[in-house]
Amino acid sequence: MSEHIVSPKVYLVIFFTLMTGTAITVWAAFHNFGPFNVVIALAIASLKATLVVLYFMHARYSPQRTHLVILCAVFWLGIMLALTLTDYTTRPPHASHLAPPTRSHPAPV
Amino acid sequence: MHRTGELYGQFETLEQQKESAALGMWVFLVTEVLFFGGLFLAYAINRHAYFEAFGIGSNTLDIKLGGFNTVVLIMSSLTMAMAVWSAQVGKKRLVSIFLIATLSLGTVFLGVKVIEYKQKFDHHLIPGHGFDMRYRTENPSQTDDPKEIALEKEELGKAFTQDPDINAHGQLYFSLYFAMTGLHALHMIVGAGLLVWLIKVSFRGRFTPQYNTPVEIVGLYWHFVDIVWIYLFPLLYLIDRHR
Repeated sequence: MSEHIVSPKVYLVIFFTLMTGTAITVWAAFHNFGPFNVVIALAIASLKATLVVLYFMHARYSPQRTHLVILCAVFWLGIMLALTLTDYTTRPPHASHLAPPTRSHPAPV
Repeated sequence: MHRTGELYGQFETLEQQKESAALGMWVFLVTEVLFFGGLFLAYAINRHAYFEAFGIGSNTLDIKLGGFNTVVLIMSSLTMAMAVWSAQVGKKRLVSIFLIATLSLGTVFLGVKVIEYKQKFDHHLIPGHGFDMRYRTENPSQTDDPKEIALEKEELGKAFTQDPDINAHGQLYFSLYFAMTGLHALHMIVGAGLLVWLIKVSFRGRFTPQYNTPVEIVGLYWHFVDIVWIYLFPLLYLIDRHR
């Protein structure tokens, strides 16, 4: 098992893809896609992050055990996000942190 | 500790030593994902709860500076990757050159961040006693475009009728902004320190095709910090530009 050397050509292709991704993100942000604006932004960001992990961080050429560690990160992050958001989005309005608060500044004396 | 050349006693081969080091770094990065993940989660919940205030807060950020920094950081990731490649193929001078390029780009990023923070101080957008989202439109500087200020004033007026407590909720946005970008900047400063050390070692010609573990490991860390920014940029700067 010998080390895999990623060539500069691959790095350059990834670099220009990341730049294009950034340009598309900025372009999309100035157009109204309704609720999909945030979806588009996060989808492009995730695509860029995946490219960085696979090529810049050599995950694609790493042993299976590295893949397992990366999947663990995604899995545990998923648990944290999913369970917390399920809680916040299903609370009844009167008990909810999401309800507009009545007053947030102390009244002037 | 017993050591033969670059090989420490507890390892059989250099390759095993390198794989162990990389695995350790990846495990550390998992904890970092959850560390930053908590902040992203807090941001998502508050953005949902105080939609208007977060939109107004986000639009006060300078998209040109933010975009410039994104380009700078991705470029620094490229030079870091090239430093790893140079070490792997044994080009000792190139290792130093690419490491210095990475450090320079990282410093540019931090410098731009300082300019952005200074602007927020000037515009009274630091959470605390003097915080006022209206400050900038009511005290415009001479360099501000009057048309843009008028438009911003109108938007702010509308936002204040929708959410009278917007100055309180805006502070939540800026607390999260400073916490997230601040923690990211702290990681950059740590990374810059590691790069200074790598550059010193690379001047002694220590990194060879057989032994380049430190460059590879610091590279993993640097790319991770880049990934955090890839998410921070759209979430902090771009969420409400389309109105």
